[in-house]
Amino acid sequence: MAAPQATSAPAWTPDQPIIRVKDVHKSFGSFQVLKGMSMDVKKGEAICIIGPSGSGKSTLIRCMNALVDITEGSITVENQEVNDPNLDKLKLRRKVGMVFQQYNLFPHKTALQNVMMAPINVLKQDKKEVEERAHALLKKVRLTGKENNYPGELSGGQQQRVAIARSLAMRPDIMLFDEVTAALDPETVKEVLVTIRELAEEGMTCLLVTHEMKFARDVADHIYFTDKGVIVEHAPPEEFFDNPKDERTRTFLGQIL
Amino acid sequence: MIAFAILMVAQVANGQAPAGDAPAAPVSEATTTAPATPLTVVLKWAPLLLKGFIFNIVISVASMALGTITGLLLGLGQISQRKWVAKLSWFFTQFFRNSPWLVLLFFAMFMIPFQITIGSVTIPLPDWFKAIIGFSLPVMANVSELLRGAIRSLPSGQWEAAESLAFTRTQTIWKIILPQCVKRMLPPWMNLYSLITMATVLASIVGVGEMLTLTAQVHAAEGGRPELFAPLYGFAGLCFFAYCWPISKLTQRLERRFNVKT
Ligand SMILES: Nc1ncnc2c1ncn2[C@@H]1O[C@H](COP(=O)(O)OP(=O)(O)OP(=O)(O)O)[C@@H](O)[C@H]1O
Ligand SMILES: [Mg+2]
Repeated sequence: MAAPQATSAPAWTPDQPIIRVKDVHKSFGSFQVLKGMSMDVKKGEAICIIGPSGSGKSTLIRCMNALVDITEGSITVENQEVNDPNLDKLKLRRKVGMVFQQYNLFPHKTALQNVMMAPINVLKQDKKEVEERAHALLKKVRLTGKENNYPGELSGGQQQRVAIARSLAMRPDIMLFDEVTAALDPETVKEVLVTIRELAEEGMTCLLVTHEMKFARDVADHIYFTDKGVIVEHAPPEEFFDNPKDERTRTFLGQIL
Repeated sequence: MIAFAILMVAQVANGQAPAGDAPAAPVSEATTTAPATPLTVVLKWAPLLLKGFIFNIVISVASMALGTITGLLLGLGQISQRKWVAKLSWFFTQFFRNSPWLVLLFFAMFMIPFQITIGSVTIPLPDWFKAIIGFSLPVMANVSELLRGAIRSLPSGQWEAAESLAFTRTQTIWKIILPQCVKRMLPPWMNLYSLITMATVLASIVGVGEMLTLTAQVHAAEGGRPELFAPLYGFAGLCFFAYCWPISKLTQRLERRFNVKT
């Protein structure tokens, strides 16, 4: 097949892994955060990444949309190598949506405008058409009636759902969620999880960093457990929760459940 | 807008040149008749002095406009990803921000030629024009620093969110970062405007015929009577107060409103 250095990747077909992470290393200065992580994600899968704080979960998924450059190894997204100095980052990011723990909505724009901004400014799409789609997306995340509210006027859960709609407006192939319910009140966690679950069930490829174990068990197709920069073990949810192999996983699950 | 301001200055400057000589005439009159009361003296000269005051305002508006535009550019330079641009912008910002305004004014007065010749066209550069440049330098540096501060005060999540939505850096700055900076910058920017307005009287030191220059001339024309000193300069002070105090009030109100909201 093509040499790994080749910039023009072979066309991706849906039977291949949509994301392929191979022996990824990442250091900040002399501090090694990722020490050789690998994973394959198939199209339409929902993957949960769990692990103790500081184990490198956020760093790993941030590498997938090139918010963070990797030091060593390879990540391909639809066969496009991310660890490539000639990478078209913007093209990659149009395919990979990301939702953050702190929502990061644009506070000077209304909910509707937040959703419309990227398609209009980045994809240069027609405003009318984008507006229609934005209304539909806000309806999908159950925020009809909040279109003209500013982020400051919305609850955490509502803001997070606007953020999800904002990402979806780019029509990504993959969605990354980094502890998106960690900053929310327990009552509003559910409404966000319901939205994500629907997305996963519709066949969106989702990677979630989460501490919601029940959600992971119900929704994930596969669970990865990370500790100190390595993937300790990964398995389908039943096996992972009922029959963890590694001592570190058992300790972690013992503390959290 | 700048063009308008400069036109205004030109008009006031031209109109004021003969008026500037005028105070010489009444000297003889003042010495022959009984000395007028301070109030009547102030009232008599008020139209001329107010004309001078308008000149101060025009200088302040023009230098604020010029300084804001150049300051925004310099501030963007400070956050440039090109290291040398950032360093150079930082240096100019720090240099002009930490120099006394009067020094910068002298600097502009004596470094800028009195006219420039482009091809066959010779454009005179009058003193009031140089004064505008001189005052725009500290405005530029302060606006540059205000912008840098405002940008830094935004959470890094704003940049990350924009990046993850495939915004380019330029798009991020124009569509997401700068609009949020406007609100943060407005109160300190208005403060800066008040300060520059009050500083325009420094132009009297380099001979620009603004209000303080005229006040001194009027005082001299009235025989330099000591009892006129307070009323005449008091009138100048009152004009500045009446202009700057509402601005300061408005600034405070904006500050309070923005603080409540964010
Ligand atoms: N930009 C950075 N510069 C330096 N160190 C960093 C940077 N980003 C992350 N780190 C460090 O890398 C380590 C892993 O961070 P990361 O955010 O990936 O962990 P995490 O598993 O997501 O943890 P948490 O559950 O707390 O979010 C941490 O020790 C963190 O301090
Ligand atoms: Mg994290």
